[in-house]
Parts: sequence; C-alpha cells; structure tokens
Amino acid sequence: MAEITKLIHKYLRHDKKFPHVFCPGCGIGIFLGSLIRAVDSCGFKKDEVVLVTGIGCTGRLAVYVDFNTLHTTHGRALAFATGIKLVKPNLKVIVVMGDGDAIAIGGNHFIHAARRNVDLKAVVVNNSVYGMTGGQYSPTTPYGAKTTTSLISHIERPFRISELAIVCGASFVARSTVYHVKLLDDLLKTSFLKKGFSLVEVISHCPTQYGRMNKMGSPVDMLIWQKEHAFPVEKEKEMNEEELKDKFPIGVLADRDFPLFEEEYEKLRKKLKDYRKT
Amino acid sequence: MGKKNKKEVLLQGNEAIVEGALRAGVKFFAGYPITPATEISEILSARLPQIGGTFIQMEDEIGSLAAVIGASLAGAKAMTATSGPGFSLMQENIGFAIMAEVPCVIVDCMRAGPSTGLPTSPSQGDVMQARWGTHGDHPIIVLCPSTVYECFKLTIFAFNFSERFRVPVILLVDEVVAHMRENVCIDDEEIEIVNRVKPSVPPEWYIPYEDTPSGVPPMANFGDGYRYHVTGLTHDIRGFPTTRPDEVDPLIRRLFRKISQNFRDVQIGESFQTEDADLCVIAYGCVARSAKRACIEARERGIKAGLLKLNTLWPFMRTEVEKILARSKIVIVPEMNMGQISREVKRVNKGTSKVFTINKIDGTPITPEEIFLKIKEVY
Repeated sequence: MAEITKLIHKYLRHDKKFPHVFCPGCGIGIFLGSLIRAVDSCGFKKDEVVLVTGIGCTGRLAVYVDFNTLHTTHGRALAFATGIKLVKPNLKVIVVMGDGDAIAIGGNHFIHAARRNVDLKAVVVNNSVYGMTGGQYSPTTPYGAKTTTSLISHIERPFRISELAIVCGASFVARSTVYHVKLLDDLLKTSFLKKGFSLVEVISHCPTQYGRMNKMGSPVDMLIWQKEHAFPVEKEKEMNEEELKDKFPIGVLADRDFPLFEEEYEKLRKKLKDYRKT
Repeated sequence: MGKKNKKEVLLQGNEAIVEGALRAGVKFFAGYPITPATEISEILSARLPQIGGTFIQMEDEIGSLAAVIGASLAGAKAMTATSGPGFSLMQENIGFAIMAEVPCVIVDCMRAGPSTGLPTSPSQGDVMQARWGTHGDHPIIVLCPSTVYECFKLTIFAFNFSERFRVPVILLVDEVVAHMRENVCIDDEEIEIVNRVKPSVPPEWYIPYEDTPSGVPPMANFGDGYRYHVTGLTHDIRGFPTTRPDEVDPLIRRLFRKISQNFRDVQIGESFQTEDADLCVIAYGCVARSAKRACIEARERGIKAGLLKLNTLWPFMRTEVEKILARSKIVIVPEMNMGQISREVKRVNKGTSKVFTINKIDGTPITPEEIFLKIKEVY
C-alpha cells in the first residue's frame, strides 16, 4: 500500500458500512484525502477534531472519518459548530459544507460566522449544483448553465463565495480546486493553523449532474477545465481583462487578524465578574 | 428544612425561568431577541459569563437552537428562549435534537398569532405546534407553568427530563405568566438536579445509540475520547446512517418508549377540590389561575366545582383526565385558543361527561368571571 493511502486509512472508519455514497469521478473524494493529509500534517489528535457537515453530497463525508463527527441539518453546520467551539474552545472544529448548503439555505449563518470570528475552520466544496437532489441550480451555478431547474439556460448570476467571505470579515480566505491538490493540502493546513474564522473554497466538479447537463465530458475533462480556468492570485496584477475573463484566482485571497470572539468573551467574563444590575 | 432558611423574593416569570435554569446548571444560551421572551436573554447575557458560561445572540432562531444543540453535544447544559414566530423557525432543529437525542431546553413564551400576531399579548396558541410542529412522528415533553414559582420549578424539571431522557424539552409559557411578578422562594434545595448518564465503558466498547432497559443510551460528550457519529438521518446503534427496516423500526420505537414507559414521572398536574366535584375545570397556564378563583366562587354558591391544572401538556395526561371525566358530569376546558387541549379531552371522553369549552383569542386573558359565568350557565 502506498504511503499516502496508508495515511488516509489511518483516519477512515473501517467499521462503517463502505462503499461510500459518492459517484465515480466525484471531486469530494479528492478533497477528503486532502482534508485528512492537512489534519495529519497539523498534528491534530483524532479526539480533538470535530468535523461538522451540513446536508447534501458534501455533508455525507463526515461519517467516513474517525473524528468526532456531526452531520447537521441543511445549512446550519456553522451554527452547530459555534455552540461546540464556544463550550470546548480547545477542540479543532472543522466545518465542511457544499455550495447550496453554505450559501443558499445557510447564507445567513455563513455571513455572520465570518463576521463574528469564532475560531471555526470552514470549507465549502463548490461544485455549482445541487448534486444529491438530482442537479438543480445552486447559488454558484454560472449564468447560462444548464441544470434540471434551468433546462435552457440559467438566468441568475453566481455568488463568489470567497469574495463574499472576505467582505464579511473572515480572518483567512483561500481558494483552490480539487485539481490543484497540493495547493489544496497547503491551504487547508494553513487555514487550520490560522486563528479566527477561516474559509477555504474548494472548486470541485459534479460529473453526474452538472457535467452531463453541460456536456463537459468525463471527470478528467472537468479536472482539466479547473486547471485551465484557475490562475494563481499572485498573477492577477499582470493579467489583462481578456485573460481574466471567466477565470478565477486560487491561493490565499485574504489573511488578516481580527479580534477572536472567544478571547473577547473571556475578557467580558472578567469584566462582568462583579457586575450587578442597578 | 426550616422556613427561616428560605428567602422570598419578588420575581417576574421570565426571571424565575432564568433562576431555575441556573439552578439546574445551564452553561450555554443562544437566542434571538423576541417579545415576550427577551428578558431571559438579557438576564442570561450578564449572568452566564459570571459563572464561566456562554451567552450568544445568534443571527436567527434556527441558528440559536443549532448552537444550543452543538453546545449540548460538547457537554454543556444548554437552552434557548423565544416566542411563536421564533418557535416556528426552531421546529427544524427540534426534530434534529429528537433524532440525535441531544438534551436541551426550549422556552416558548406564547404570544397571540398566527404570524406576527399580537407581539405583547397573551395566547395559548402554540400547544399543538409544540406537540406536532416538527416533521415526522415523534414523542415530546412539554411543560406549562401557571405561577412564577412553577416557572422556576418546571425549568429545573425541563432540564432534568432533557438530561434523563436525552430529549429536547419545551417550556410553554403564556405571556401573562412570563411577565407576571409574584413573591417566590427560589432557594429550594429540595429539587434534585439530574445530569446525563455518561458511558462507563472504554471508548472502543462504546455503542452510542445502544438500546438499554431505560431506552436511553449513555451520552459521551465531544472531546471526551469517544469518537462517534451524530446525524439527523435514521441510524443504527453505532450512529451510522441506515435505511434497513430492521434497524429503523427499533430506533423510532425506542425514541417513543423511553418517554412512554415513564409517563408517571413526566406527567405533572395539580388537583384542587376535585374529589367530590360535579363540575370540573381543566386548565393550564394563566387560565388555571382564573379557573381556581372561579371554582372557589362556585363553591361559595353551592356548586361543587373543582380544578385539574395541567403542568405537563405533552404527553397528554390521559389517566388523570379520564379520572376527572369519570367523576364529574360536566367538564369545562377554558383556553386562549380555539380548542387545542379541549380536543384532547374530548378525544379521551367516553361519553360519561359533557365537555364545554371557553375559547378566547382576542389577546386578553380569560377572567375568573368568564369561567364562573360559564359554570353557572352549564351547571
């Protein structure tokens, strides 16, 4: 067994009923491997990691890994995670969501979690579609794309998840694709070690629903699409409007320090110690 | 215990709920401002940090209950407080807490609805929502105080039941009781505090959703070394999702059984001169106060009237109500809704009594006079 496979096996739940639910060619498996490598390289113990997920294809990955795992209601993963983190601040709380999960039904929780700056490690696996329910358009479905609820052409503009997190005040925001898996490993590790609310957006692909509807070819073709449409954020300044068209930057998009909710709350506890309402 | 040890204080219903929660050991509160429940948030925002606990105001009521459930999974006794519109939003995660068996307490200070309704006026319109609001078939414990002291006591009971049975427990308070002030003694040391049972086996032996005689599996907290999976999907005894009928059926039956085999412990009520009553009033919340006054006045005029006060609304106190129906020819159920508990009373009535209702839905409380007039009318 290759070293890399051995490492992943160390973190899987072997008493769980495999096989998993993901389609052949899905990007979520690549991301899960990356997540495990990042946790391992951070040196986190299994007992101190809490993996919280929402609903949808991405939500299903929690059950396969040997951490404290919580598969919540649709869109609410960040709110559940907030409760866990505030009661046990020593735990490493990683929250994995899909695009519909985090930005549509969970949009309110997402923007406020980013603003509040509780030390949560959010990851949004963005495949531009509701995969589990059969391929309906999501808030990140591109204009003009075909889905089972936009049969001719999608008429809405997509959300840019990372940019949304930046303006909401997230401490750390980064984007990668599942094609750029080495970069993804590094970004996840950096975000896990960063203090404050962090977001890693993972551009992934859904060959079964989105790929088929939009004639994007095989999963490999979709990975090549990711390679061709992503560019390192450092090169953005050198690129002209024509080169930037339909492309998206990957890498660290924001890295800042804001007051941490938990630390501010600890100060509040001291200030309120002798407070009596008069 | 000598009376001299007990100190009486003037408290509001919502304040008494806070005192009860703190006495029960609450360490986490997440909520969203809403009238008439806001006092609970305001007081806990100052009191919880003082004892090392945490208060957080979330972006909405959905997130509030989600955070409460997360906090409880991490080991803290946790609660939220809201009113009708927020209670509607919480239904989704009430179902999650039932399915994943996470203890928590939800206070709903009822105001008149539907929708935004009458934000500062009383109602008892959420009785059925508390029972059936979340989707899917499920059991639920709902407690309802009618005095400020009961706000204190039933909040402790709510936490005790939630910890003992690993269920969300709903405290249904009407606006009158929530905002009423009474002299109460809250240093009641005699009320026992119950904490969730933790696993006594090493992590490798731990089966998180194992069936037990009580129907309640021991609960490990996140971070205590017992790594397990929590989900709102139907799951097997290991907590892993399943669709196998032979695993789904025992799970759902156990969720019911853990409460149904303890009906006697969770059903709390109070009888007032019902032993010889020809006519009995069945009431709850602030209406029970008016009903008691009306029964006293009726007795003064020679009508043998009694009162059964329900402190537990769900599971419905069928046995106690059946006793009343067997004894009294006339039963009156006054409610500040169009007949939510009276429907249950009529359901269990085997034709031995005539059941009358008083239904008030104009945002004002039912007065003793209104109940007394009804007693005179139907007696």
